[in-house]
Amino acid sequence: MNPASNEKIDQIFDAIYKEAEKRRNEFREDPGPKIHIGLATCGIASGALETKKAFEEALDEYNIEARIHTVGCLGHCYAEPVVVIDHPDSGFPPIFYHEVNAGKAKMLAKLFLKEGDPRFEHVYGAMEENDLIPSVMEFARFNREKRVVMEKCGHIDPEDIYDYIAQGGYSSLVKTLKLNSDEIIKEVQNSGLRGRGGAGFPTGRKWELAKSAGEQEKIVICNADEGDPGAYMDRTILESNPHQVIEGMAICAYAVGAKKAIIYVRAEYPLAVDIVTKAIRQAIELGLLGKSVLGSSFDLEIDVFRGSGAFVCGEETALIRSIEGYRGMPRHRPPYPVQKGLWNKPTVINNVKTLASVPPILDHGADWYREIGTENTPGTAIFSVVGNVVHAGLVEIPMGVSLRTLIFDICGGIPNNKKFKAVQIGGPSGGCLNEEFLDTPIDFDSLTEAGAMMGSGGMVVMDEDTCMVEVSRYFLDFTQNESCGKCTFCRIGTYHLLKILERLTRGEGEDGDIELLETLSKDIKAGSLCGLGKTAPNPVLTSIKYFRDEYEAHIYEKRCPALMCRPMIAFYFDLDLCARGCDACATCCPVEAVFTTSNRKKGVDQELCVKCGECIVVCPPEYDAVRKVSPPHLVPYIEKPPEKKKED
Amino acid sequence: MNQELTPEEKEALKHVASKLEFYEEQRRNLIPILQMVQETLAYLPPEAIKLVAEHLAIFECEVYGVATFYNQFRFHPPGKHPIKACLGTACHVRGGDIILENFERKLGIHAGETTPDREFSIEKVACVGCCALAPVAIIDETVHGHMAPSKVEGLLMRIEIEKEMEERAKKKDESGQ
Ligand SMILES: Cc1cc2nc3c(=O)[nH]c(=O)nc-3n(C[C@H](O)[C@H](O)[C@H](O)COP(=O)(O)O)c2cc1C
Ligand code: SF4
Ligand code: SF4
Ligand code: FES
Ligand code: FES
Repeated sequence: MNPASNEKIDQIFDAIYKEAEKRRNEFREDPGPKIHIGLATCGIASGALETKKAFEEALDEYNIEARIHTVGCLGHCYAEPVVVIDHPDSGFPPIFYHEVNAGKAKMLAKLFLKEGDPRFEHVYGAMEENDLIPSVMEFARFNREKRVVMEKCGHIDPEDIYDYIAQGGYSSLVKTLKLNSDEIIKEVQNSGLRGRGGAGFPTGRKWELAKSAGEQEKIVICNADEGDPGAYMDRTILESNPHQVIEGMAICAYAVGAKKAIIYVRAEYPLAVDIVTKAIRQAIELGLLGKSVLGSSFDLEIDVFRGSGAFVCGEETALIRSIEGYRGMPRHRPPYPVQKGLWNKPTVINNVKTLASVPPILDHGADWYREIGTENTPGTAIFSVVGNVVHAGLVEIPMGVSLRTLIFDICGGIPNNKKFKAVQIGGPSGGCLNEEFLDTPIDFDSLTEAGAMMGSGGMVVMDEDTCMVEVSRYFLDFTQNESCGKCTFCRIGTYHLLKILERLTRGEGEDGDIELLETLSKDIKAGSLCGLGKTAPNPVLTSIKYFRDEYEAHIYEKRCPALMCRPMIAFYFDLDLCARGCDACATCCPVEAVFTTSNRKKGVDQELCVKCGECIVVCPPEYDAVRKVSPPHLVPYIEKPPEKKKED
Repeated sequence: MNQELTPEEKEALKHVASKLEFYEEQRRNLIPILQMVQETLAYLPPEAIKLVAEHLAIFECEVYGVATFYNQFRFHPPGKHPIKACLGTACHVRGGDIILENFERKLGIHAGETTPDREFSIEKVACVGCCALAPVAIIDETVHGHMAPSKVEGLLMRIEIEKEMEERAKKKDESGQ
C-alpha cells in the first residue's frame, strides 16, 4: 500500500481515537464515584439487573452523584453479581464486592458512597495495590491468571465501542491495513497460534492456505456455536468484549483477501447476539467496517447468523451446511473449507478465542506471544471451570500450567471437605482424568495423550460423590441425541453405548458389558466421519480406563460406590440420631414418602421415595440422621409404612 | 395432535405472511425465516410451515426436515409459563435431573410437553450460563439458582396464587362496574 493512503488511515483513526480518549478522560476525571456492574448472562442470572436498579434508586434517594458503568464479565462466576466501586473521595482504592444483591447495593450506596464507610465485612479485595485493603491480586484466582483474550473483559462496556478504542482497541487493525497480507500471515505463523476450537490447527497455516486460493471471493466465519453443554467462554467473550473478536475477524479477512465475514452464534445466546449486532453497527458507523475501511481500499461486511442449536453444527462443514439452509450434516474433507467452503467459496473458519487472540498478537508481536505458554502451544487457554469447585468461573491461564494448579490453587479446590475424584475436560468429546493426571500440563498434546481433549474448554470438576458411570451415561445421552445420523456407527453405535450404560446405572449390568463397551467404542471411533462420532466414546473409554472398579461394582455387586445412581441406592433414617418430632424431612419430601414410626421417629416408605436427596439437605446438622446405602436391599427394615398413604 | 389455532395465533400468522415478503426466495433464508416465525408465534404450527414452504418454493417435508434437525424449533405451543430445566454438565452433576423430574411430577407432563390448559410447559436446556448457581431452572424469564426439589412446589404455587389474585381482581373490577 502506498504511503499516502497510510497517512490517510492514521488520520482517520486518530480522529476516532481522540474522541475515545476524550470520552475516557471525561469519565476518569469526573470526581464522583463510579460503580462498575458486570452484566453478562451469568451476572444477570445472579440478579445483577436488580442490583443495578437498586443502585439507581439509592443514588436518587440519597442524592448521590455517581456514574454507573455497565461492563461484561470478569470471569468470577462464583462471586456474581460482582460490583467494583471506585470512590476516590473516600480515600479508598477501587473495591471489588461480591454477591451484591439489591439489599447490599442499597446499603453500599448509603454507607460507602454517601458516608464513606466501605463496610469491610463485605469487601472482597481492592483492585489496586494500596495500604488500606488487601488487593485481589494477592489471591491465586487473580494473580495466577494470564489474560490475553480476556484482558479487557469486565473492564469495558461491551456496548460502547469507544471504551474499547480508548484501551488500545482497533490499533492492530490500523497496523494491519498498513502492512501487506503476507506480513500479517507471517506474524501469525511466527506467533505459533493454534486454533482454539478444539483441534489446535495452526492458524497462520490455515490463513496461508486460504490466501493461496487466489483472487476469487472468500469468506471468513467466526465459529461461536459452542455446543458443549457445560462451556460458555465464547459466549462470555462475545458479551464482554465483542470488538476484539470483530477486530480479529477484520484482520483475518484482510490477510486472506475476504470481503465478507459471518459470525455464527447460537440463537440460545440472545444477549451475545444483541451485543455483537450492536457492536457491528457501531463499527460500521465509525468506518471500521463496511466500504473502504478507515479510508483504505479494504472492504468488509460482517453478518450475524444465528445457529439453531445443534451440537454438530460446531463442526465446520456442518456449520457451512446450516448457513446454506440445510440440515447441518458434516461432509467428507478434503476438500477443506479453505478450498471449498460456504457456497463453494474458500472459507476460513476460526473459533472466537482464536480470532480474539489475533489483535493482541499483532499489538505486542509474535515473540511476546511465544513467551506465553509452551513451546508447542504458545498462548493461553480459557476454561470454564465448573462442578464441585469453590471458585467456579472462567479462567485464562498460560498453556502448560498443571491441572493441579488450576483446580486447587486457582479455583480453590473442592468444597465441603470432599475429596477430588476426577476432572472431565473437553465436554462430550473429552475424557475423565483421575488424580494421577493432576500434574499433567494443560496443552493440546498432553491432554490428547492422556485420552482427554482440549475440545471446547469445558472443565467439570467432580468430587467423590460423583459416579463415573453415570457421568459417561450423561455424555452419551447428549452425543446420541446430537449425532446427525449420517454415519451408521455414530447413529446406532452411540445408541447402544447409551443403552448399555443405562442398564449399568439401573443395576442391570451383565458380565461382559465392559468389554462390549470397549469394542463398540473402538468401532464407533473407526467408523465415524466427523469429530462428533470419532470422539463420542472418549468419556466412556477414559472412565473405564481410570475407574474400572466403579464399572465392576455396578455390574457384579449392583452397587454404586458414589451413591449417585438412583435405582441402586436407598435412603433411610438412623433411628439413633433422628430427633423425635423434628419434621424437617417430612415437610420437604416432595412425594410424602417420610412417615412417622410408632416411637415418633421417621421412616422412609421405599415404594414412594424417589431418592431426590432433599431430606439429607434439610435434616439439621446436629442430627444428621439421613443415610444412603447401595445396593438398596441393605436398608434396615424399620416398620411397615402406614397403608393409607399408598392408596392415594 | 393438531390443535386449532387460537384467534391470536391466526392474527400472528397473518403477521408472519406479511413479514415473509422481506425475505428473498433463497434457500439460505430458510433458517432465519423459521426463527422469525417462531419468534412471532412461539412455535411452528403446520399452517406456518406451509406458508414458508410456499414462499421458498420447496416441499413442506423439506422444511420439516430442516426444522426438526435443530433443537431450537418447537412444534407444540409452549405454555403461558414456560419452565426450562437446565441439564448442562454442571447442573447434571448437582442433580438437575431430579429438579426436572419434580416439575414433571407436579405438573403431570413430560419435558417437551404443555399442560392441557396451556398454562405450563417444560423444556430441557443445556447450560444457561450460570453453572456456579447449579442446579438452575428458568421459569418465565427468571433464573432460579440453587434449585431444590422442595422449591419446585413453592415456585409453582406462587404462579397459581398470582393467577388467582389476578382473576379475583378482574372479577372485582367487573362486578364494580
Ligand atoms: C462435533 C464438533 C463440534 C465442534 N464444535 C465447535 C465449536 O463449538 N466451536 C468451535 O470453534 N469449533 C468447534 N469444532 C471445531 C471446528 O470444526 C473447527 O475445527 C474450528 O472451528 C476451527 O477453528 P480454529 O482453527 O480456530 O480452532 C467442532 C468440531 C466438531 C467435530
Ligand atoms: S460421525 Fe456422527 S455426527 Fe459426524 S457425520 Fe457421522 S453421524 Fe454425523
Ligand atoms: S430422598 Fe427425597 S423422596 Fe426420598 S424420602 Fe428423602 S425427600 Fe423423600
Ligand atoms: S462471571 Fe460472568 S460469565 Fe461468569
Ligand atoms: S450447566 Fe446449568 S447453568 Fe451451566
